[in-house]
Amino acid sequence: MAQPSQATDGMDSVPALLQRNATRFGDKPAYREKEYGIWQCWTWAETEKEIESLALGLINLGVNEGDFIAIIGRNRPHFYWSMVAAQSVGAIPVPLYQDSAAEEMAYVMDHCGARFAIVEDQEQVDKLIEVQEGLHQLEHMIYIDPRGLRKYDHHKLHAFDHIQQQGRAAHAEFIADLKARREKLTYDSICVMLYTSGTTGKPKGVVLSNRNIIEASKSSSEFDHLTRDEEVLAYLPMAWVGDFIFSIGQAYWCGFCVNCPESAETMQTDLREIGPTYYFAPPRVFESQLTNVMIRMEDAGRFKKWLFDIFMAHARKVGPAILDGRPVGGWDRFKYALGKIFVYGPLKDTLGLGRVRVGYTAGEAIGPEIFDFYRSLGINLKQLYGQTEASVFITLQPDGEVRSDTVGVPAPGVEIRISDTGEVFYRSPGTFEYYYKNPESTADTKDAEGWVATGDAGFFDKENGHLRIIDRAKDVGKMADGRLFAPKYVENKLKFYPNILEAVVFGNGRDACTAFVNIDLTAVGNWAERNNIGYASYQELAGHPRVLDTIQAHVEEVNRSLVSDPMLSHCQVHRFLVLHKELDADDGEMTRTRKVRRRIVEGKYDDLLTALYDGSKEIFTKTEVTYEDGRKGYISATLQIRDAAVVPVKAAKVAAE
Amino acid sequence: MKDMTPEGYTTEDGRKIGGVVMEMKNISLRFGGVVAIKDISFDIRQGEIRAIIGPNGAGKSSMLNVISGFYHPQEGEIWYQGKLRPPMKPYEVAQQGIARTFQNIALFEGMTVLDNVMTGRIRQMKAGLFAQAIWKGKAEREEVENRAVVEKVIDFLEIQHIRKTPVSRLPYGLKKRVELARALAAEPSILLLDEPMAGMNVEEKEDMSRFILDVNDEFGTTIALIEHDMGVVMDLSDRVVVMDYGRKIGDGTPDEVRNNQDVIDAYLGVAHD
Repeated sequence: MAQPSQATDGMDSVPALLQRNATRFGDKPAYREKEYGIWQCWTWAETEKEIESLALGLINLGVNEGDFIAIIGRNRPHFYWSMVAAQSVGAIPVPLYQDSAAEEMAYVMDHCGARFAIVEDQEQVDKLIEVQEGLHQLEHMIYIDPRGLRKYDHHKLHAFDHIQQQGRAAHAEFIADLKARREKLTYDSICVMLYTSGTTGKPKGVVLSNRNIIEASKSSSEFDHLTRDEEVLAYLPMAWVGDFIFSIGQAYWCGFCVNCPESAETMQTDLREIGPTYYFAPPRVFESQLTNVMIRMEDAGRFKKWLFDIFMAHARKVGPAILDGRPVGGWDRFKYALGKIFVYGPLKDTLGLGRVRVGYTAGEAIGPEIFDFYRSLGINLKQLYGQTEASVFITLQPDGEVRSDTVGVPAPGVEIRISDTGEVFYRSPGTFEYYYKNPESTADTKDAEGWVATGDAGFFDKENGHLRIIDRAKDVGKMADGRLFAPKYVENKLKFYPNILEAVVFGNGRDACTAFVNIDLTAVGNWAERNNIGYASYQELAGHPRVLDTIQAHVEEVNRSLVSDPMLSHCQVHRFLVLHKELDADDGEMTRTRKVRRRIVEGKYDDLLTALYDGSKEIFTKTEVTYEDGRKGYISATLQIRDAAVVPVKAAKVAAE
Repeated sequence: MKDMTPEGYTTEDGRKIGGVVMEMKNISLRFGGVVAIKDISFDIRQGEIRAIIGPNGAGKSSMLNVISGFYHPQEGEIWYQGKLRPPMKPYEVAQQGIARTFQNIALFEGMTVLDNVMTGRIRQMKAGLFAQAIWKGKAEREEVENRAVVEKVIDFLEIQHIRKTPVSRLPYGLKKRVELARALAAEPSILLLDEPMAGMNVEEKEDMSRFILDVNDEFGTTIALIEHDMGVVMDLSDRVVVMDYGRKIGDGTPDEVRNNQDVIDAYLGVAHD
């Protein structure tokens, strides 16, 4: 083990960082949460006290070193404290997706053998009680919100406050034990276990050590010059590695403040009130924000619309150049400054992005128009590429070298190589230790030298040395005539239209490509309203002939744009249909991080897929749906199948040979 | 209800219900020649959920309006907290701690949700007009205190995201919830709900039922509700009064009422042979 203490000042665990922050800048805010309409604040010193009393309470409850503690709820300071309190007593926090169905939770809880669970409210308690039979190891549940739980059997159920109270009462008794446990933590101790969302198969428990988390947080914070004065809004699922790195890793390393929204619905308002300086969002969030802006501009007065159009056109022309510090003429700069006063400034403020110094997007490809829209406003939005197994960071885009089609250069301390098959491999201090109770998968993914297979196919751009990701390696296939099939590339092109929420392209082993399309209810619904098209349900709107016409136009436009790409011109979509329901994680069609599970979609909608290839004009189908509370139902529909015009590719043969 | 005593009884799910807080004795209400309510007696006990059901025109809403002081019955007595209640104006009834919602939503459409719910606290605001206008001293203190109560209610009913939205922009289901919020903000001892689920879809009904049960459970509020949807009523309430053509035709637990022949006849109709 190389001298970790020197590299990080002896700060070799998250609880150690907490102690440092509480001593060095104890009166600076560490957490804020909006409750009862007011931003409640906890300083680092107060946070340390909260976590200590909780940790003592956990010892009092019988938590041993090496125990797993499941943490289930939306982003709240209490849950972040729970994670650090668990670490302080030598236990391992396991955050779960709070919107998981009971069975999904049961699998993970059983796999890690969690003895304790800290959960948000009655909803989560009910889910765990439902699956309790199968979970022999689960002993105690701790809840934060007591509403509706008064009459429950409290033998195994405890209120969060109550555990803290007991902890404070037992201070004298357990403080020595707590200190001893805290001191035992090293760079090699397990920091957290995070379950992968599992695009294929069951989720895997990724074990990350303090070294992984702290090294990754340290180098990435230095890369973007993050300081203790940053403000972030914690709104992404706590079970996702990104939230752990931003809201715990980097927050504790730098000592900045984590703000928790009042509820999921108020996120947009809270974002605006906080005005984060460091912001992360998946492309989906940026897309829906842009869609909202455009919808509202459609409804705005003529003068405002005119002003917006003029200045946005100008921003697109010079905005990114100004942001990158490239030379721009004086007149253009003046016009941009005017635009800042009239349009860009107020717009950024409305979006809550007025103070963003560093913004990231990752997880999926982002549409160039969307990306450029934000950058042209002067928001320093960049892309990164990462995964749970790497403690997020594999590549990052440095300031001034931002492009929409690459994911940047290797993050500090990360080595990357591309295998002969085109798959991306990396090795870094952030590389995970192992998959919990799964040595085969560990061996498959990580070799003896520490190189990890990402499962993504990619290459380095010759011009600038940036990495470009093509697709998931296993999704890249061959069409019947042996030409390359990369569905993601086509799907992304489709998804860049505001009307299209999701697209799944098929064609592996076939002679032509086809697609399922999901409409975006916000965008299409607004369009329907403005065009006096009445509809009673999602299904009805999705099947409306004029909606189909619009989607067909989009598909054909994508086909035309594909022609110019010699490698993928044959992936034009010949036939498509608009699905009668949104692909949903509750139905297993997507992961909780909203990535399409291709194989499952293929299997579930087998009848539709067959119809796409047998030339039928319409198809009747019946689909099982799962409601949020786990009940099942059926919806049936007759779907139209449309043929999209394709552009003949003349030179394809020649190019292929 | 075998174990009913003057002190109270225990419900099937183990809740303790207290003694009588309000009692109607032989109430009759007429509008000219039309008899809306005829000789009805029933009581409401501390902490229970009491439903009044019946077919259209049975006199349910009239009954609720009698309780809230909007109508004055020609005959009969209303006993509230052990005292005979003299004829009162609705605002006086409200001052006694009885809050209500309306069948056809009666909110201030142009005002925000927050302002609407704040009006539920009007009873607790004592500062004079001038003090309120300059917003100093007592007026400021009062507003802060009342806002704190209102925010708890907003949190309870999960309407934080529409706090600043004008009511006119809200869908029907949410308006109903805002109305409930306003009634709750008054911290009533009896809450009267006039068809809280009318016009709602299944999901909204489930949410509303959850809120009604939670209100009763968390704050111990006594609830009297009128409802059309039999399924909902039977699930929610501890005791049910059934009315038909202004008369009481049944009174008891949901099970007792369900098996009452008069009630079955009133709902399903009877063959005249």
